[in-house]
Amino acid sequence: MSAVQKYSGNDADIRLWSFPGGIHPPERKAPANQAPIQRLALADEFIIPLRQHIGALSEVQVAVGDHVLKGDLLSAPGIEHGLPVHAPTSGEIIEIGEFPLNHPSGLSGPGIRLRSDHLDSWGERKPLADYQQHNHLEVLEHLQHMGIAGLGGAGFPTARKVASAQGIDCLIINGAECEPYIAADDRLMREHADEIVRGSLILQWLTHAKSILIAIEDNKPEAIAAMRNALAQANENTLATQASELALKVVVIPTKYPSGGERQLTQILTGKQVPANGLPADIGILMHNTGTAWAVCRAIDHGEPLLERVVTLTGEAIRRPCTAWVPLGTPVQHLLEQVDFQPEAQQRVIIGGPMMGFTLPHLQVPVIKTTNCVLAPTRKELPPAGPEMPCIRCGACADVCPASLLPQQLYWLANANDYDGLKAHHLADCIECGACAYVCPSEIPLVQYYRQAKAEMREQAIEHHKAEIARQRFEARQARLEREKQERLERHAQAAKAREEALAARKQQPQASDDGAPRTPAKPDANTDPVASAVARAKARKAEREAARAESKESPAESATEAAPPEDPKKAAVAAAIARAKARKAAKQKDEDS
Amino acid sequence: MSWIIGIIALSVLALVAGLILGFAAIRFRVEGDPIVEQIDQILPQTQCGQCGYPGCRPYAQAIADGDELNKCPPGGQATIDRLADLLGREAKPLDAAHGAEDVKKVAVIREDECIGCTKCIQACPVDAIMGATRQMHTVIADECTGCDLCVEPCPVDCIDMLPLPSKPERWTWNLEQIPVQNITDAATAQQSQGGER
Repeated sequence: MSAVQKYSGNDADIRLWSFPGGIHPPERKAPANQAPIQRLALADEFIIPLRQHIGALSEVQVAVGDHVLKGDLLSAPGIEHGLPVHAPTSGEIIEIGEFPLNHPSGLSGPGIRLRSDHLDSWGERKPLADYQQHNHLEVLEHLQHMGIAGLGGAGFPTARKVASAQGIDCLIINGAECEPYIAADDRLMREHADEIVRGSLILQWLTHAKSILIAIEDNKPEAIAAMRNALAQANENTLATQASELALKVVVIPTKYPSGGERQLTQILTGKQVPANGLPADIGILMHNTGTAWAVCRAIDHGEPLLERVVTLTGEAIRRPCTAWVPLGTPVQHLLEQVDFQPEAQQRVIIGGPMMGFTLPHLQVPVIKTTNCVLAPTRKELPPAGPEMPCIRCGACADVCPASLLPQQLYWLANANDYDGLKAHHLADCIECGACAYVCPSEIPLVQYYRQAKAEMREQAIEHHKAEIARQRFEARQARLEREKQERLERHAQAAKAREEALAARKQQPQASDDGAPRTPAKPDANTDPVASAVARAKARKAEREAARAESKESPAESATEAAPPEDPKKAAVAAAIARAKARKAAKQKDEDS
Repeated sequence: MSWIIGIIALSVLALVAGLILGFAAIRFRVEGDPIVEQIDQILPQTQCGQCGYPGCRPYAQAIADGDELNKCPPGGQATIDRLADLLGREAKPLDAAHGAEDVKKVAVIREDECIGCTKCIQACPVDAIMGATRQMHTVIADECTGCDLCVEPCPVDCIDMLPLPSKPERWTWNLEQIPVQNITDAATAQQSQGGER
């Protein structure tokens, strides 16, 4: 009942710290977290976006009309730790193209449409039995090929996160689930605690972490109990074989939003702050979501790619709120139909929780790897934000900011587009938790301003980077053109020099062969000057040609054979051919006339 | 007599100071003009030549030499403001004689119409077009600055300047947009969805 009783569950040696700020919104987890995780009817059609995570886009491996089995690869693993996507169920590929994305922008992106055959038959599964016999790279590659991404929020590829974090002291499994309404991790921990523990041990083996802390907020006593049981069993079985002094503990943390944030949870458990622009790995921490640990376990032990996840379906517009196993790619529309969705006028459907989620522009978007909740609140339950009023500088936002920022200051700077000022006030450290907007008496949508400013700053950084590359390419091209010009000039100079030398050699040769008069009748001074000699040659040729023309004019009939100068047989042959053609034509005409 | 001493003392001081200044001018000589570098950093590096100079750097040099700031349409008003800020000059509106501010564009070659003349390759200031004689050419979209210079020389007019497609990863939250809401109920939404397919 009391808080003291709740915390007493922790071991004596676990000390907890706190993070600044934070809020206590109504939790409202109750209706959805009561029943076990359900299996809903399969959708007829699935839309599988190619990008469901942070990373490079991968290449499609299937064609329209292909029949695929559940778990078959749809796109290549890709470069730069990109992740593949897999068929969430068996069926036929009916379209590859652009589909609306599960994204606040409502933009479209590349994806694959699959028509389910409702058999849900599995393709080949390749578990990595006895993963400890393989080296770490093979296990990481297996995780990448299984498409495992962080199921907590950002969807960062798990293999990449593990690979980039070396020298880890402590692996934290994040089961805080601090946002109101969401109960997906809660139910998963209650029902699949052993798989989460197993996945955690795999992640620990990969990172050589010395301890594993599984952090759960104290508003989930069943999940805490389930995880404790699973740990006790694991301690008996696995740890005996691993023969290490691995500390494996469940840590109960007080309920406070946003304790599930990576930086905030790190601070609660270790008392250390993750440096700005840094990662938890910089202070020896690696954090994974419970769902991710579960997915890692399924991928290694069962060879199952990340095909489905637990999604919370809740809100008062949903008559049967629950948590459910949802195959990735299921349209939100289909999901809502399964749980008796009764929309009111201008119904909002939110992906994620009420604090950090975004409203969908329409319901034809698919569930992706990062979709942990579909929230359909009534207007009474979650009133839409009222009109924005002026900031009164009350400072309530600064009191609740978990990152110790000055939200009111950031708001002014964002309104003034003062990006240097925003940088100076560490906008980048804002985790967009929405605590400031929650307490704002003027109902200013503060996070929206920060998101827009962040996006604008990112855009500017990209533009600046592109401009820098363009400048380098432009300068490289200028340098190349200049070099080519120099080379051309040099070649010309060399050619001219070679010509001169050849000329000089020719001039000297006859003098060397016979000392008598030069063979050419030209004057000696013309010989020494190449230009003069060229002019003389040209003049001589011209005179010759003129003489020939004059002759041909005098006797046009014989010109073909006689007039052509004997030293030009080619010309003669051409002229003869023309004459023959003319004679033939004349003969033909005569024939036609007669 | 004392006025002579004064003149001599001042002359000696002036000589010494002059020597020091002369030495400093040679010893601490600044290569190039750093202000040009700073201006060049602000310019958008499209190398389009709309300002009348062959590239961004020559224009940066010209600005440093006193030319107007408002000749860069790709940079637009934002660039003019930043330049004015840097140089302490007055920010003027964009000079319409050099073109109007436009959305970011990228050149796209209609590849089956390309005859492989290489004219666009020679025109591209940033070497963003691939191809060889009598082979199809294509634009490396990521390197294209949208400068327009390849459109003019193309003999078969097969190059289009298309606006940069908006991608979710580069989407900026637009607060002014009218929120799109599904005002139809689920049944009619499904019906219209069925009608579309």
